[in-house]
Formats: sequence, structure tokens, C-alpha cells
Amino acid sequence: MVKSAYSFSTKKEKIESHIIVVWVDNESGVLARVVGLFSGRGYNIDSLTVAEVDKKKNISRITIATSGTSQVIQQIKLQLGKLVPIHKVADFPKNKKTLLREMALLKVVSSKEKVEKAKKLCQKYNYTILDKTEKYFILEVSALKKEIDELVKKLQPLGLVSTSRTGVVAMTKGSEIYK
Amino acid sequence: MSNLLTGAEIVFKVLEEHKVRHIFGYPGGAVLPIYDELKNHKKIKHILVRHEQGAGHAAEGYARSSGKPGVLLVTSGPGATNAVTALTDAYMDSIPLVCITGQVPTHLIGTDAFQECDTTGITRPCTKHNWLVKDVNKLSSILYKAFEVATTGRPGPVLVDIPKDIQFKKGKYIKPKENNNNINLNVKFDEQNNSIEKTVELIKKSSKPVFYTGGGVINSGPQATELLRELVSITGFPITSTLQGLGAFPGEDNQFLGMLGMHGTYEANNAMHDCDLMINIGARFDDRITGKLDEFSPKSKKIHIDIDPSSINKNVNVDLAIVGGVKFVLKKIISSIKKKYPNFIDSNKSRISSWWNQIATWRKKNSLGYLNSKEVIKPQYAVQRLYELTKAQDTFITTEVGQHQMWAAQHYKFNKPNRWMTSGGLGTMGYGLPAAIGVQIANPGKLVIDIAGEASVLMTMQEMSTAVQYNLPIKIFIINNQYMGMVRQWQELLHEKNYSESYTAALPDFVKLAEAYGCVGLRAKKPEELDQKIAEMLSINKPVIFDCVVDKIENCYPMIPSGKAHNQMLLGKRDEEKEISEEGKVLV
Repeated sequence: MVKSAYSFSTKKEKIESHIIVVWVDNESGVLARVVGLFSGRGYNIDSLTVAEVDKKKNISRITIATSGTSQVIQQIKLQLGKLVPIHKVADFPKNKKTLLREMALLKVVSSKEKVEKAKKLCQKYNYTILDKTEKYFILEVSALKKEIDELVKKLQPLGLVSTSRTGVVAMTKGSEIYK
Repeated sequence: MSNLLTGAEIVFKVLEEHKVRHIFGYPGGAVLPIYDELKNHKKIKHILVRHEQGAGHAAEGYARSSGKPGVLLVTSGPGATNAVTALTDAYMDSIPLVCITGQVPTHLIGTDAFQECDTTGITRPCTKHNWLVKDVNKLSSILYKAFEVATTGRPGPVLVDIPKDIQFKKGKYIKPKENNNNINLNVKFDEQNNSIEKTVELIKKSSKPVFYTGGGVINSGPQATELLRELVSITGFPITSTLQGLGAFPGEDNQFLGMLGMHGTYEANNAMHDCDLMINIGARFDDRITGKLDEFSPKSKKIHIDIDPSSINKNVNVDLAIVGGVKFVLKKIISSIKKKYPNFIDSNKSRISSWWNQIATWRKKNSLGYLNSKEVIKPQYAVQRLYELTKAQDTFITTEVGQHQMWAAQHYKFNKPNRWMTSGGLGTMGYGLPAAIGVQIANPGKLVIDIAGEASVLMTMQEMSTAVQYNLPIKIFIINNQYMGMVRQWQELLHEKNYSESYTAALPDFVKLAEAYGCVGLRAKKPEELDQKIAEMLSINKPVIFDCVVDKIENCYPMIPSGKAHNQMLLGKRDEEKEISEEGKVLV
């Protein structure tokens, strides 16, 4: 007999990544409710981005990158839907229909040569230099998470000293909006 | 601006608007302005408890037995934290509670002031929603919303935290217009995907059906219970119930298989395992019900009717989900069956007759049977006698948590909803006594019995003082085996009989304790005196503590051991008679 008052989990299921977007009343404690739901029920948060998007209606949009089995993802959406200050919950598929972006600020401090080398590396990304001298520069780059991961990795040996990243934000392609 | 009211006045105005007649509470510094206002509202009676947890459970008992929300009023800091267990209990069992807490004045919040705690932070995961009121002008609308959230959709507890300065401050009282467009609070039912038609077709096709019903039926109101009875009667299908659903269907009806789950009957669990159609009405596939999930009812089509969309496919994937209030859904199913198959029960009889024969075979096991004794009172016998001697009255039963709770669920039969109040989800020891207080307040003149364990009841024993203060003739029927019996049973089964800390070596003399509280104490030690003592208890119009001294080592069977499926039940000692030691034989 299993030595427990509870049963043990035996199933191994596929883990899926999802982008969950929720529209919430911008009120005190609402982020804690969302985050608390995830930690309390053992769901993952890979990244979370939040800001007010409608000042008049006092609505904030929270974008959560999460992962779990399909049953867990389903639960996340349904449990979020029960929170009183949440207006709607959307599951943005990670495919061609969804635009995903993450922004990062990167500071590289190094010798003149290495700084030049680093700048060249950045050229294939959509970037802006916000501040620079010969010995350092601060870069703003907006790209997919994977691309920023790559860039960070490449810049590390060239004197990357500070990295600041937003989480992912998402929008559906085309003229339609999520109702 | 003459129509401005203080925060405290607004609180009472909203309570009166919701026809609140009783509040359970305990005063303290941060809630004094509300207590001061109490004198101006004679229609609202305050019940002074002895501990805030007691206020919460009393409010739960009140709510469950009356169908109205329970209201509690406590102070900041320890007042609020003491209420947390009851709020969590209500959250797990879907009981509507409105908890009003005092808070330190707004300007002191965050300064670690005296009796300050982050009440909304602490109670966020154990309420449906909570509010910290920072503006007195928003107080009335928040309180209205609080009642709405607590009582609609899947019911549950809410909390409104009111800083002391807000209670003093004058502000506008605004009665909100009714505009309920929140999806979460929707109790109505919008049919999707022909789900009713599909349900009826599955019912028509099934040859091994079973209804699996839960607390959602009771929460949906008395009409839902009537509809359930009608549905069961026009289909002729067997029905089993969860712990929380007991009373929705008559316990002595022949179609009722008894409770299912870990300590459910052999026939109920085997029917769940072997059925070809399971119709879940207002239950949530809890782990005490399902046993091993991989082997849960492998051959059945499953229909799940639930008001909470997040209950669907949470633990068990179902073939057909119907999200809606039980009452609305059952009404549609019944009318559809009547329209399509007017003579369903007769035309379908032969299809399910071999299923009923199978059930009859399982019933022959008499899984709730036990070996009675002439020497000691068997706990099952105590509950059976209590049932026989009280069934003629409209009796309300509460319980604590443990073996006695399961024996009560197995051997006390309920014919009406809202007569059975037990802590199922959270499993809160100490629930039953304060719950009985709330039940008695809501049902004056009715017989209210807490079937208790001696360990559980000591957790909230102080509330006897409350019962005495308000002349509440509740009966605390303690099944006293000196052990935390369920803990001991698990230790016996799983931990080589290492009874680590599950024996209470020093118990109070419950008869003297009753006298100390100013109520009546009775004790029964022998089977032959039990009936007469119970009769004596029932004749006393005062609170009574009944110390029923029972067999110390009796275990609760039948049982699905952990990690096992529904068809792998243990039936207990009668099955293993050969293995029983000499000592054991003497005892039985």
C-alpha cells in the first residue's frame, strides 16, 4: 500500500507554452490576486508584463507567459476568469497569427575595439543606441525573446554589464481584436 | 447634505437592506464604531462568540441551514486572523459568508500599528473576493457587491476590511442599480451545443447509469432538490451522493446507494467504477471521491453539471460539460425527457434491470455492517441509535472531523436538504459545535445535534459558553474513543501501528465540563443504557454535552485505501476475521 493519505501523480504529460492576456480593473491588489492565483495553485509564470491601457475605463492589460499541461492551461484561464476584477481572459496562440515582442536595455562597457565589435553584432536586430561614449553604449532592442536571449549570450564576452528586460507583450495580427 | 451617514451607519443600512437578522462577532478596538451603532438597530441581533473562528463556523452553520448568507463582524489583527480558518472552510465548501473586519485607521496602515495585519492580503486566497475600503463614499457599493459576490454563482465567503476612520467618517449612501453583467456571477443557464439533447440521448442509451450528486444541488436551493428527486424517479436510475450532497435525496429511498468515496458504500463505489454513464450533478470530483484517478470509472461516459466552469475537467476529463445552476439545468433535462420519452421509466426498465441486479449483489455485502458488542458501545451503534431516536423530528446534524464524521455520514439518514452541516473540503476539526450554534439561531425550536469527536470538540469547546448565553439547546453528542480516531486508523494502516501523538492522555471530564459551562452533562458507557440516556438528552431543553464512551479501537469501514480504485475497497474486520488477534476477538 502506498504510504500516503493522498494518491501520487503518475501521469507525465506534454508541457505547452502559452501567452495569456487578461484585462483587469486597475485597482490596488489586482496584480497580487493574479500572481497569488498562479503561486497558490502551483502554475508557472515565465514572464509577466502589466500596464494601464485605458485610462478612462481604468483598465490594465496583463500579459503572462506561462507553461503547463493542456489541463493546467485550461485551469489557468478558467480560474483567472473567476477573479472579480478581471474582465476578460484571452489565450494567444504562439503561431503566425500572434505578434510577440519583448524589449531589452543592454549596457556594454568595454575597450574601444570590443565596443565596436559589439555594435556590429547588434546590427541585425531592430535597435536604438540610447547613450554612448567610446568605452560603453546602452542599447534598446525590441525582438522576440529567443533573439534577445541570443544577443545577450553573444554580448556577454564583449562586456555586457547590465541587462534589463520586459516580459513579452502580445497582439493578434489582422484588423480584428479579441472580444 | 443631511443624508450623509457615518461608515458604521452605512454598514447597518446595507445589512438591513439585505434582511440580515443575525450577525456573529466579537468586538475590538478597530471595530468599536460599528459596535457602538449596534444599539440603534434592534432588528439585527448580535451573537457574541468566544473566539472569532467560532463566529465564522456559526455563520457557516447559519448559512447552510437557512440558505441565507452568514454575516460575521470581527476586529482587526487577531480578530481577522482567527476568522481565517472559517473563511477557508467556507471557501472550500462553497458557503456564502460576508465577513466585516475592522482595520486600523487609514493613516496607520503599513506602520505595523497595534492590532494591524494585512487582512486583505491574508484572506485573498481564501475568499471569493475582498475589499479594503479607503473611501467612505464607496462603502455602500462595496458592501452591496460583497453580498452579491458571496451569494451568486458558486457561493463563497467575501471580506470587507473597514479602517476605523472610515467607520466614523460621513459619506454618501448609494444603493446600486441592479446590473449584473459579470460572467462569474451568472447563475442562469444558457444552453450551448445542444447539451440538454445530448444528455437525454446518453440517458436513453445507457444500460449502467448512475447519478453522482453533490453539494451543488443543495446550494441551488430547495427547488433543485425537488427536481433531482423528480429526475431520479422518472429515470429509475440509481443515485449516490457526496458527503456534502447528503439530504438532497432521501437517504432511505431504495434508489439511493448511500454515500460514495473513501468511506462510501461498496455498492456506490462499485457502481461508479462499473457504470457506463455517470451524471455528475453539482459535485467536483474531489480526491476523496475519485480514489486513484487513472482507474476512475474507466468505462463510462461522463456528464458534468456545475455552476463553476473551473470545476469542469479540473480533476477528471468529462465527455459532456454543462455549465449552469443545477436548478435551471435539471428543469430542462426533465422537460426534455418528458417530451421525448413520455414513458421513459417503463420503456427503459428492461435495459437497466441487470444493472440493478448487479447493484443488489453488491448491496448484499452490507458494507456498512459491523460487529456489535454487548460490552462496549460501538460508535456505529451510537449513531444508529441516535438516528432511530431522532428521525421522527426535523433534526439538524453538524459534525466535527474524523471517524465520527464518517460514521455519522454513513449511519444517519437524511431526508431533507440543509439538515447536514459538515466540514468536507477543508476538514476543520472544531467546526461542529459553533456550526450547531449558528444552525440553532437560524432554526429556533428545532433539534440540533453536533455529532462530535472528543478531540475535535475541544478545539472550539469555549463556544459552549455562547450556547448557554443565548439559551441554545444544542446537543453535543461526543463519540469519545480517546483517540484522534482517523489519525489512529491511518497510523494503523500505513505506519505500522506507531500511534504517534494520536492518543489524548488527559481529557477533561465532559460531564463536569458541561456543568462548569452551566449546561447539562450526560455519560453513557454501556450499550444497554444508551437509548435511555439519549432520550434523557432529548428531553432537556438546555445545551447538553453527551459523553458517549465508545470502543477505543474501532475503525471506519468500508474504505478505499489511498492509491486504489473504487473497486478495491477494504471492508474491514468482518473480511479478515481469520487474521484478528485473540485480543481483537475479545473486543469485538
